[in-house]
Amino acid sequence: MANSLVMYEEEFSRIHALCERLIRETHSKVVFLVDKNGQLITAAGQTQHVDTTSLASLTAGNVAAMGGLAKLIGESEFPHQFHEGTNESLYMTVIGGRVVLVVIFDNRTSLGLVRLRIKKASDEMMRILESVAMRAEYSGAASPFAEISDADIENLFSE
Amino acid sequence: MSFINYSSREINCKIVYYGPGLCGKTTNLHYIHKKVGPNMKGKLISLSTETERTLFFDFLPLSLGEIRGFRTRFHLYTVPGQVFYDASRKLILKGVDGVVFVADSQLERMEANIESLDNLRVNLAEQGYDLDRIPFVIQYNKRDLPNAVPVEELRRELNYRNVPEWNAIAPQGVGVFDTLKSVARLVLRELKKGGNR
Repeated sequence: MANSLVMYEEEFSRIHALCERLIRETHSKVVFLVDKNGQLITAAGQTQHVDTTSLASLTAGNVAAMGGLAKLIGESEFPHQFHEGTNESLYMTVIGGRVVLVVIFDNRTSLGLVRLRIKKASDEMMRILESVAMRAEYSGAASPFAEISDADIENLFSE
Repeated sequence: MSFINYSSREINCKIVYYGPGLCGKTTNLHYIHKKVGPNMKGKLISLSTETERTLFFDFLPLSLGEIRGFRTRFHLYTVPGQVFYDASRKLILKGVDGVVFVADSQLERMEANIESLDNLRVNLAEQGYDLDRIPFVIQYNKRDLPNAVPVEELRRELNYRNVPEWNAIAPQGVGVFDTLKSVARLVLRELKKGGNR
């Protein structure tokens, strides 16, 4: 089985702070970060009315489908995607080949500003992700699941 | 590939329901969604055609409870079973932690079962997984139909790895939760092993 993605408090806080900053800088509504397999890493902004779990899964599905299309025409990926709606628009960026940064915005801001800020934030996000990957490499044995017993697992299923 | 978040103290795992077209993968998810309490589940998403055939995937997030202070969440996906949706099936297997193979017990679907299982092996391999090693369970669905072949025969054709297997009648819920629990258990055991790496 492939290795788990392990996110520690320190990197998580940095990622979340970056998403919060992106909200302010772009005047957007929601910013969220999803791993390419559909797991939500964090969400910032007006998330209370958004089903972030579904959004994460559909984002990953969409990026995967577009990635498949890209390969069919000889591209390795379409790292940037923009979907324009009547009121809300959505911008997706693949970062480091592993996560997707999604920004939802309306007409209080512009696509140009969103793109510009995302580009800047992407480089910073990349550095944080590298540190996540590095930490995972050096602390492979620190999974909280190394300690669980069969009884712990069975307890989960006792009704 | 599971996602362990120390900050929110959550662990997320991905389970994929695989099998030939019309074998009952989506029906499994619908039954689980119907029966599980609202605090344990998210929204069921179905990307399907107008005739309710799965086009891309169904998705159901489930929260099973806590293990050592970590909220344990499972993301259940189905693949489109129809042969020509192979490109989509490959995408959905990305990052999978455990697989349920839903077999159609009807005699006339035997070949489709075998073909789908072979396809699963090939598509998993493309993503770097080995069907002989990944957490895997088999469900023999549609046991109530008169043309269902004996379980021994299905086992001989499909369960050469001798993984946990369940008889099911998915619309009535027979075997549905047994299947889910059994694959979730295997996934968690695998995580435990991974932690000892």
